[in-house]
Amino acid sequence: MSAVVDEHDHDHHADDHHDHGPAKGLLRWIITTNHKDIGTLYLLFALTMFFVGGSMAMVIRAELFEPGLQFVDPAFFNSMTTMHALVMVFGAVMPAFVGLANWQIPLMIGATDMALPRMNNMSFWMLVAGVLLLASTLFMEGGAPNGGWTLYPPLVLQPITVGKALPFAIFSVHLLGISSIMGAINIIATIFNMRAPAMKLMDMPLFVWTWLITAFLLIAVMPVFAGAVTMLLTDKFFHTSFFNAAGGGDPVLYEHIFWFFGHPEVYIMILPTFGVASTIIPVFARKPLFGYASMVWATASIAFLSFIVWAHHMFTVGMPIAGELYFMYATMIIAVPTGVKVFNWTATMWKGAMTFETPMLFSISFVVLFTLGGFTGLMMSIAPSDFQYHDTYFIVAHFHYTLVPASIFILMAAGYFWLPKWTGHMYNEKIGQLHFWLSVISVNILFFPQHFLGLAGMPRRIPDYAVQFADWNMISSIGGFIFGASQLLFLYIVIDTIRGGTGEKVSDEVWEDAAKHGLEWTLPSPTPYHTWTTPPTIVPTEHVLDSH
Amino acid sequence: MNKAKQLFAGLILMALGLGTARADYTLNLMKGVTKVSNDIYDLHMLILWICVFIGVVVFGAMFYSIFHHRKSKGHVAAQFHENTTVEIIWTIIPTLILVAMAIPATKTLLELSDVEKSDMTIQVTGRQWYWDYKYLDNDIHFESHLDEASERVHRTVGADPRSVPNYLLNVDKPLVIPVHKKVRFVLTSTDVIHSWWVPDLGWKKDANPGFINEAWTLVDKPGTYRGQCTELCGRDHGFMPIVVIAMEQADYDAWVKRTSEQQKQKPDLSDQSRQQLMAHGESVYLKNCVGCHQIDGAGVPGLIPALTGSAIATGKWESLDGFLRAGTSKMPKFEKLNAKEFAELMTYVRNSLGNKVGDELQPKQTALPDDDE
Repeated sequence: MSAVVDEHDHDHHADDHHDHGPAKGLLRWIITTNHKDIGTLYLLFALTMFFVGGSMAMVIRAELFEPGLQFVDPAFFNSMTTMHALVMVFGAVMPAFVGLANWQIPLMIGATDMALPRMNNMSFWMLVAGVLLLASTLFMEGGAPNGGWTLYPPLVLQPITVGKALPFAIFSVHLLGISSIMGAINIIATIFNMRAPAMKLMDMPLFVWTWLITAFLLIAVMPVFAGAVTMLLTDKFFHTSFFNAAGGGDPVLYEHIFWFFGHPEVYIMILPTFGVASTIIPVFARKPLFGYASMVWATASIAFLSFIVWAHHMFTVGMPIAGELYFMYATMIIAVPTGVKVFNWTATMWKGAMTFETPMLFSISFVVLFTLGGFTGLMMSIAPSDFQYHDTYFIVAHFHYTLVPASIFILMAAGYFWLPKWTGHMYNEKIGQLHFWLSVISVNILFFPQHFLGLAGMPRRIPDYAVQFADWNMISSIGGFIFGASQLLFLYIVIDTIRGGTGEKVSDEVWEDAAKHGLEWTLPSPTPYHTWTTPPTIVPTEHVLDSH
Repeated sequence: MNKAKQLFAGLILMALGLGTARADYTLNLMKGVTKVSNDIYDLHMLILWICVFIGVVVFGAMFYSIFHHRKSKGHVAAQFHENTTVEIIWTIIPTLILVAMAIPATKTLLELSDVEKSDMTIQVTGRQWYWDYKYLDNDIHFESHLDEASERVHRTVGADPRSVPNYLLNVDKPLVIPVHKKVRFVLTSTDVIHSWWVPDLGWKKDANPGFINEAWTLVDKPGTYRGQCTELCGRDHGFMPIVVIAMEQADYDAWVKRTSEQQKQKPDLSDQSRQQLMAHGESVYLKNCVGCHQIDGAGVPGLIPALTGSAIATGKWESLDGFLRAGTSKMPKFEKLNAKEFAELMTYVRNSLGNKVGDELQPKQTALPDDDE
């Protein structure tokens, strides 16, 4: 539990001043191969897409504010639900975590940069190209894709449903897939090859571990998704019949392939979330993370299980009873490693000396609200019950609980936690706390009533509804508008902190005794453009104490 | 907005613990009207209470810790970070709970999948955007569309949904089944994937194009049970409800008799007044055309052609007639319509939706040679 020896700091300090800095002007951001610049690009892009996808959610909630036709045509409504999901998944949450990985993994493992810096630059710009291509379909004849983010055939192939958008959406998925795979390869290569010599695999911070496992998930499933959409493409334009029953194909085959990708995909968005939570909670509990090894194994088990449970997304599709039983049992098992994680976080807080700065507040609410999402997930694993829940607002509530107050909240927490380190400026704690309380209250007003709506029988993806669903929809929409507006505070804080924040100069540790918990806190604040030109010799994470 | 004020007041009342006893505030799953739906409700409640229990324990510990183990209270952090015994305990206990849960779940699932020994079979076909029901035992076959009142209101900006009884949950022809009989359903689709769900029956099942799924129900209580399509099936996915009426056997038998007789009746091909043609034509349009071509005939840019000013719609009626019967790669064949409906529909399309051809077509004109024998 010792801080890194100081002389290394001096070394690379000296380097900084003589070394080449970033290129000047706009070109810096286009040609950069620096992991911090690329991390920043990813994070700012993700934040932008968070607001784009969020605006689409506002359109959805505005139309659903009252029963009846208000603002948008049903097809455009369907485009909004489809694009909201695609933009949030592929444009906001995944890139945000890649951005965090870019910034943090080299800092946390004592590496100078990512292993493959040029590929790093390329994967970012391919992401931008992919998302722009997807966004361009909004302006095409026939509108953006509106068959749901799952792109189920035959709907998505129907000429009366999708106009010119389909091939663009598919090519966009290809680009996003390549970008993700390159990012994943880079992360794996960095973690395996660039760790400080002193750092063994079981010394790595949990964030690094969860990203390592996530990267393998990405490499395994992105090609499957690319394959599935390519089959859609050939069915549409080259007269194949993979999914066309009239030609001997099977539309349900697509569902299987999609969810073989789709289930690991949802864990791609949650595992790094676990990693960040496991990093933040110990710092503010002033205690080592409880059960480090079991956290690693739980993450690995969840990742493994994610490959063998996909058909729980399709309990109503008409599977043989043996299949239903198998997928029900396999899905139920996921509750065990996930439970271990929640118990470990609780045990980490137990008998700590907690303080409640904004990152900790977001992290605690993540543990609580993610667990709620986990509970509904457990309920849905019971296949007969899922016959009622499936494709209703109960499901919408479930996955938004595991994404918004989980992944998104943890991304916010990560922003508050590391921005002072990256910029050298402290954010405004008062506004941060205001942002937290507005978010945590409104997110529950937004999503909790959706459980009631689903149980009462409201299907998802409908632009209009029977009047008995009116009250909860209005409450949900009000929550949505407050939540949406509150996020502008986060935007303000990010800009304000970059521009100087409270004006208070932050220490290298930023948070009390943070250097006990991670290598990045032994570096100067703001982090110099080049770091760890000499790798650290001592790894300052607490659990190392035991193993050595 | 008045409604918003009302709601706000309601929220405050609830917060004060006074509660607003509103019948339409449904919070929980409904028990439904079959044994299986009741079993599912019990499973739902069981797993819900298990979750509540776990939640109380875990969140209780967490919030105890949050209130007591804080630095501001001078609590000094302990430094433990491992305990094999508790880790084993909190792995094993959840596993045991899951096993206990899996047993009743398996039982219900097995029961649900047993479609043997049914008393009758109904074929359910999902179509964009209505359901087609075929009673395989007695040749009854009809389509079940959203009712006209809902159809008009949901397509009109600012129209009041509260003025329509059972808005979006009502159909022109409900599915009728007898009580105390095991009814087997075979489900399929002719276009995209749909899903047939009546919450009171306890399950939903996908209707996949080109494949057949099976399900069954046995309703004990006569009544009207409503549901909706639950698989995104295009622009009017939200507008293809399901209504099931469960009747006593005697009533059901009478319904079967009445319906088969009606189906055997030839359509009345006598001449109609212009008003009648237009009014009936609008009904035919609302059932069969409005989903794509829209209530004003404007179509959807880039996807679906407009009928307003369309050369086919306003050209020679004989070619329009042929076009409707033949269908296209985008549009289904409408040979299911009879001569009367063709005459009404074409008169309506040619003289409404912004078109003014000025003609009127009588059923005798549109009848095919074998229609009028």
